[in-house]
Amino acid sequence: MLRVIGIERVEQLFSDVPEDARFPTLDLPPALTELEASRHLTALASRNVSVRDWPCFIGAGAYNHYVPSAVGHIMGLPAFYTSYTPYQPEVSQGTLQTMFEFQSLVCDLLGLDVANSSVYDGASAVGEAVLMAQRLTRRERVVLAGSVNPQWRDVVRAYVAARGVDMATSQISLESDGLREQRVLDLVDEHTACVVVQQPDFFGHVRDLNGLSDAVRERGALLVVGVADPTSLGLLKSPGEWGAHIATAEGQSLGLPLQFGGPWAGLMACKSEYVRQLPGRIAGQTLDHDGRRGFVLTLQAREQHIRREKATSNICTSQTLLAIGVSAYLSLMGPNGLREVARQSHAKAVYAAGRLGALAGFEVVTPRPFYNEFLLRTPHNAGWLQRELVNDKLLAGVPVGADYPGLDDALLLAFTEQNTRAEIDRLVEALGDH
Amino acid sequence: MTTDTTPTVTAGTGPEPLLIEQSRPGTPGHQLPALDVPAVDDLEGQLLRSELRVPELGELDVVRHFTHLAQRNFSIDSVFYPLGSCTMKYNPKINEDVARLPGIAHIHPLQPDATVQGALQIMYELQNLLASITGFRTATLQPAAGAQGELAGMLMMRAYHLDRGDTKRDKVLVPDSAHGTNPATAAMCGFRTVTIASDRQGDVDLKALQAELDDTVVGLMLTNPNTLGLFEQQLREVTSAVHQAGGLMYGDGANLNAILGVVKPAEMGFDCLHINVHKTFSTPHGAGGPGAGPVVVGDKLEPYLPAPVVVRCDDGTYALDNNRPKSIGRLKGYNGHFGILARGYTYIRMHGPDGLRTISETAVLNANYLRALLKDLYDQAYDRSCMHEFVLSGRRQKQTTGVRTLDIAKRLIDFSIHPPTIYFPLIVEEAIMIEPTESESKTTLDNFGAVMRQIAQECEQSPETVLNAPHSQVVGRLDEVTAARKPILRW
Repeated sequence: MLRVIGIERVEQLFSDVPEDARFPTLDLPPALTELEASRHLTALASRNVSVRDWPCFIGAGAYNHYVPSAVGHIMGLPAFYTSYTPYQPEVSQGTLQTMFEFQSLVCDLLGLDVANSSVYDGASAVGEAVLMAQRLTRRERVVLAGSVNPQWRDVVRAYVAARGVDMATSQISLESDGLREQRVLDLVDEHTACVVVQQPDFFGHVRDLNGLSDAVRERGALLVVGVADPTSLGLLKSPGEWGAHIATAEGQSLGLPLQFGGPWAGLMACKSEYVRQLPGRIAGQTLDHDGRRGFVLTLQAREQHIRREKATSNICTSQTLLAIGVSAYLSLMGPNGLREVARQSHAKAVYAAGRLGALAGFEVVTPRPFYNEFLLRTPHNAGWLQRELVNDKLLAGVPVGADYPGLDDALLLAFTEQNTRAEIDRLVEALGDH
Repeated sequence: MTTDTTPTVTAGTGPEPLLIEQSRPGTPGHQLPALDVPAVDDLEGQLLRSELRVPELGELDVVRHFTHLAQRNFSIDSVFYPLGSCTMKYNPKINEDVARLPGIAHIHPLQPDATVQGALQIMYELQNLLASITGFRTATLQPAAGAQGELAGMLMMRAYHLDRGDTKRDKVLVPDSAHGTNPATAAMCGFRTVTIASDRQGDVDLKALQAELDDTVVGLMLTNPNTLGLFEQQLREVTSAVHQAGGLMYGDGANLNAILGVVKPAEMGFDCLHINVHKTFSTPHGAGGPGAGPVVVGDKLEPYLPAPVVVRCDDGTYALDNNRPKSIGRLKGYNGHFGILARGYTYIRMHGPDGLRTISETAVLNANYLRALLKDLYDQAYDRSCMHEFVLSGRRQKQTTGVRTLDIAKRLIDFSIHPPTIYFPLIVEEAIMIEPTESESKTTLDNFGAVMRQIAQECEQSPETVLNAPHSQVVGRLDEVTAARKPILRW
């Protein structure tokens, strides 16, 4: 090979690199063989408690739902996971058709007209939705419900901060009869691009959004509805049915492993009139020269590789492999399976709330109805309590005090179809002992 | 050297119906255990959805459907995939096993720190490994992909200038060979973009750069090696000129695979660099994501890193540090693409310092070998030795035979080769951008050379064969114009 190139040593190929900086020493540990690496990583992994080891009652944006075995096997098909963005449609029909099917499923689930083929996660989906609303309305102000996941709000803040945008957040307060939230509509003015609410909200409450969409639109803004646990949509009214103009969801609950935070998939859909401002990859159906059905990446004039600084977003990759997992999950569950996941997750949470609320010094403060998650006030600092329950081998919810001053004693607890009655009873007993 | 010239049919043969077309209403969904707590019915009708239109299929139907679809894809595991700028190297299987360990795959991001010490250790060590490889001080692992890494880097540069009271900087310089994500990212940060021309050597035109350097410059976003596959010959002059104007150097690490153990970007004057873990560190591209886009930074930008970062406490335990008052905040929920990061960590640990340098040397060797094989057949965009990739031009074929680069790309499909990147970089007419990676054998490279030679001959002798390619797939060329004019985006 060197002879064909016309050189004697490989090092000659690097003559453009300044000599004094060429071939530096890398201060790294020596190479491991595969067996050594396997041992090392297995040892590191064993220092983590997995949600298969202990009962998990943590939600707050990621949920321990059961994943049917076939989902992982489908995501493990090498022709999916070792291919790339389908730039050449003739050799990517598998990927493109799955993208089209995913978009269709997302539209059905969220109750809207068009969807993209996914963005990074539920948090960045909200960030992109806000930027999209700003472009559509040519307005800057963003109104967020205080009951939107704090991490999602942080991401929105980082996404819009660069433009010096003002962001308003409705206040959350704890009253004698539970959590209260300031009306988001009271924060909307003539500069407001959108109102963002989460459904069910961060505290698990299923909000009655009746009339909100019209009221927001009358003020010239758009309604963005985000869903943290889309298994809820097996039962609950979809964002589209509530009148959302743009809807987002975290896809993790739909067949994706928790993985300490990712990769997951951000779902994003909107009304058809807004499609040209929708960011991300979109697959479309078309025909080849012989009239055979096929699929291509389409509406690319929105995207960075065509439009550069005028693109709708800088996003380049979507989360295609995760989107394939979501599609596999939804088709394996079907409407009946998804409804059953929702029904059981809800019933477990209601059972737990009944028992926990009866403990002396404990109080469920999320307003009824809630879906599969609620905020529990405790007689203790919630961070301390969460760490204490590690001794009982329980992953007992998350404290919310860092994001909600005044709620230092509250634990956010989530339940799925995977939590057995025995596990919930153990949680009740352990909390009651403190 | 002989080549099999018979087109091979590599994909499935018939159309695959959509999931919804295979739906059989009444098919039970996945079965859950019976409910072991009392059923409840406290959700009022107005909160419930009226219908849920999701297909109903059996498990075997679902498995077959996706298996059939997978058969319609080219992938690294099946074919040579020299997609320039995308570093389609082999994805070692051990990485997949690691990512599926219960202690990696099934941990919740909000578990107490004491229950995730192994995960935090992986992240902490990876921050340091990436910093060591690139010469920077530390890293954020939060960004989900390269483009989000760019956003993190540019927001940090913005914060740096504002923190110094330097409020009038709003101009970002981007070479004309840059990825589209660079100007798109600058726009997301509220900056205006000025494009800097490349010179005849394919490098940043230093004079054009200097003409734009003033006290409104945020910085220069530079990919090095650049998207032409060339190492900037005047890199130090470029970085020092930008710094003299008070600007910062953003490094787009898309092409880091060429320079592991060859040069540390920090020593060349970059202030930060994003790393595409899915390129350089072998994690699978997943049919278009997920990636992971950590950003390494030097002292200037360290205070502005996205929060949290992973720290090692005095007692030897690991924790997430959210107490970063100058941070640009959070760009992604939770802890980044941990599942991808764990794969990348495994890859780095399995190569060590010498192995990483060998990766880059081999990637550069392979690219230069292919370049030598092809240089008399196709015009070269630049007559210089390349790094890990190189750019050809199909202009000769277009002028003399009417066959365009697109046609050549489609014809490669008939030989079970994924086409290279085409029509990028934008500054090369009829561009064909080829990146073989270090994974490929000389046999594979020789076969590619022979196929490209045959196609060059076909362009002259039987151009219709090339113009009508591919001949071997489940679909022929698709009508993209109608797809965009009358979009059908769902069933």
